[in-house]
Amino acid sequence: MLIQALFYVFGTILVVSAIGVISARNPVFSALALVMCFVTSAAIWLLIEAEFLAVVLVLVYVGAVMVLFLFVVMMLDINLAELRQGFTRFAWLGWLTALAVIIEIAGVVWAKGGLGVDASRGATPSPADYSNTLELGRILYTRYAYPLELAAMLLLVAIVAAIALTMRHRAGLKQQDVGAQVAVRAQDRLRIIKMDAEKGA
Amino acid sequence: MISLAQLLTLSGILFSLAVAGIFLNRKNVILLLMCVELLLLAANFNFIAFSRYLGDLNGQVFVFFVLTVAAAESAIGLAILVVLFRERRSINVEDLNTLKG
Repeated sequence: MLIQALFYVFGTILVVSAIGVISARNPVFSALALVMCFVTSAAIWLLIEAEFLAVVLVLVYVGAVMVLFLFVVMMLDINLAELRQGFTRFAWLGWLTALAVIIEIAGVVWAKGGLGVDASRGATPSPADYSNTLELGRILYTRYAYPLELAAMLLLVAIVAAIALTMRHRAGLKQQDVGAQVAVRAQDRLRIIKMDAEKGA
Repeated sequence: MISLAQLLTLSGILFSLAVAGIFLNRKNVILLLMCVELLLLAANFNFIAFSRYLGDLNGQVFVFFVLTVAAAESAIGLAILVVLFRERRSINVEDLNTLKG
């Protein structure tokens, strides 16, 4: 079946690029492999009919977050050789943990009745006139209106925090002092004197 | 048709690769942040899989919020990283021992 075949193709690409993320020598390559991960995940989410989130993943992650990552990776001048030291020292522990996690998850998922639902079943396909975005919007702006506002607030706080953290005050910079400008009074600047009108010569 | 078990296995593999990545790259803060993003992606996979197979949209709303929080997290994390690099000229985790923890 076509969907099944596409799932295996995208799944393979996803796993290979995830391995690329964790084992690349250069952080730039890791970031690019992570972009590949997000794009293929979005494709898989499209296959299981979660269209809105697939588009959001590409727009927000590939379009914004990963660009930010690439910016930072390229901006910092990192000594790679030092960071790579001891890469293989705990590698066996890492792979062992990964293997254990995979075996545990596969055991639960593939065991009969392990999940409490019939995991071998596929999702019922949505009818042709079903809109994932419309339904999500309907639930997001009614039942989840308050959490949505909180999420917006969280993003605002994150913006302020990120700017406040990275803002730099350099010495010797000519800046206007708004406080002093507002606090100034007319009599500090302006003197009104009385004088007779001058007679023309 | 893609079954629930296939999706959960894929997300399990993704999750364990991210965990292995944290073990492998434990000196490089940027790669640690990237591995956290991979962990969140694997968790989102589970949410979407169950949401689709149980026919319940609330799971997808949760993924939406996870994406929001993850974006905020990486923005602040990278800001901290930039400040750290400006102070220390290094992003090695082993250099961050001021608190002697």
